[in-house]
Amino acid sequence: MFGILIRRGIAGCLVVLGVTTLTFLLLRLAPGDPALRLLGPTATPAQVAALHHAMGFDDPVPTQYARWLGSMARGDWGESIATGRSVRGMLADAWPATFGLVAVSLVLSYGLGLLVGSVQTARAGSRVDTILSVFSVTLFAVPGYWLALMLVAVFTYEARLLPAFGAAGLDADLLPRLGRVVDAVRHALLPIVTLTLIGAGGAARFVRGTMSDVARLPFVTTARAKGLRESRILRHHILRNALIPILTLLGLSLPTLFSGAVFVEAVFAWPGVGRVLVEAVQARDYPVVMAATTVSAVLVVLGNVLADVIASAADPRIRQRVEHV
Amino acid sequence: MSGRSLLRNRRAAFGVTVLLLAIAFAIAAPFVTNGRPAEQGDIVATRFLPPLSTDPGGAFHLLGTDRFGRDLWTRLVYGARISLSVSGLAVLLSTLIGVAVGAAAGYATGPLSLALLAVTDFALAVPRVVLLLLLASMWRPSAALVIIVLGVTGWMTIARLVHGEVRGLVARSFVEGAVAFGARPVRILWRHILPNALTPVIVAATLGVGNAITLEAGLSFLGVGVQPPAPSWGNMIASGRDTLVNAWWVATMPGIALILVVVACTMIGDVLGEGGRVRRGR
Repeated sequence: MFGILIRRGIAGCLVVLGVTTLTFLLLRLAPGDPALRLLGPTATPAQVAALHHAMGFDDPVPTQYARWLGSMARGDWGESIATGRSVRGMLADAWPATFGLVAVSLVLSYGLGLLVGSVQTARAGSRVDTILSVFSVTLFAVPGYWLALMLVAVFTYEARLLPAFGAAGLDADLLPRLGRVVDAVRHALLPIVTLTLIGAGGAARFVRGTMSDVARLPFVTTARAKGLRESRILRHHILRNALIPILTLLGLSLPTLFSGAVFVEAVFAWPGVGRVLVEAVQARDYPVVMAATTVSAVLVVLGNVLADVIASAADPRIRQRVEHV
Repeated sequence: MSGRSLLRNRRAAFGVTVLLLAIAFAIAAPFVTNGRPAEQGDIVATRFLPPLSTDPGGAFHLLGTDRFGRDLWTRLVYGARISLSVSGLAVLLSTLIGVAVGAAAGYATGPLSLALLAVTDFALAVPRVVLLLLLASMWRPSAALVIIVLGVTGWMTIARLVHGEVRGLVARSFVEGAVAFGARPVRILWRHILPNALTPVIVAATLGVGNAITLEAGLSFLGVGVQPPAPSWGNMIASGRDTLVNAWWVATMPGIALILVVVACTMIGDVLGEGGRVRRGR
């Protein structure tokens, strides 16, 4: 178990290193100059050159990359070119917002997916199954940003029930503690519902597929022949065995949910990493893009490792197989 | 699964009908619309007309008009041309790359195979949205750029699938027979292995078209995809975003069209996949 973790850890580090190298190269290949944006249209060539020198852009790209890696490793993530703030501070502010959104909706969407998928397996072939299938394939097809807009149209503009922009109201700091919590929940509700619904469609489809595969296996027939109750067969024989691929997918869907969050944050003006990233790419804010990419690559790799660990914890056979390799 | 039994399946019949209708409308765009997707008439008189209304000039607007008084139905149908062809070509590109990489990795042995698999795993681990954003903002946004960007970031699943299939087929006796006859590797791959490995590729590609339509719209929504005034479903949703409060239909209609087409692709892919599974006795 431990050896596997080390091997996966090394592979993960290589992936992160590769992603940062690729991003760095792409950023430098891209047209657009952060210095020009910073100095404005009236800058003289001399001023631009001076700023380039000050930011180290006149060195060869490999040198710049090595310097970035070195300072990143020392914990110095640099300063944002566009805002002058420390990149660490910007990300430290933004990550909790994104992480909360993604974590809550990941749990909710898988809960919903497991529920819908189990009901479908229990009633396979019935009208309920068909209706739920249509429901989940539709949710699966809905783009997150469009669903977000529709929810805003209904709950904000029509019903005037929920706020649609940002993570806190303008008066949040003046509210009593309980009021502040209510305000935060109200602001988080629409983004979380959006991400949960778009995740739940895929999760339900996967749960149903995996469970109906397991339901065809001989030991389920045996359990039925023994006269076990259907609910017990569903929970202990089918669900338990279908859980392993489902848990694996849970880890693998972290990056997908993160991608979804980028679009949903753009709609709700949610102060998370997705928004920081979109703005930074548009402003050619190199240090911010690099840091945000690195952190999200680390998260993706961690998600994959976590999926493996959970899967081997849930299934003794996997544990054995990997230990004997 | 033959064409007729495919149509007897209700989900497949729905999928094929929706997709064919969308393609037919896109091809026949000039004949089923007013033919001028970017036309702006008398903006003050014709903007924000709700669906099923007639403007002062007597023109009928099935889905209403947007903030420039442009007919939404016309833009939707012309948008289908762009959205469908962009995502179709993107999937074609990623399928070609995926099949080439997967076949080479599955047929070759030793370092080449390992290297190709490592590249595939690496590309799978790259956060796709970050890559899409970077690539799409590198050059001037255009439809061709979206095709290339979606193509080069979407081939990995297909490469994995093809690799698995080819690995399984290489050991079969008809391939050994071909080797014994002295056929060259390229011929063996092309004539004997790939035709037998195509079913999962077709399934993955069908599902991929739906995914590509959503991503194309997403890029256009963020402003790095197809640029207005050329209509794509993504930039139509984006332009309806600001007018959601007084004209909900502008953002709603292209979204519904997009969902219908993606559901259609998913259903066709599902049914094809089940057919493949049954035939192989799984």
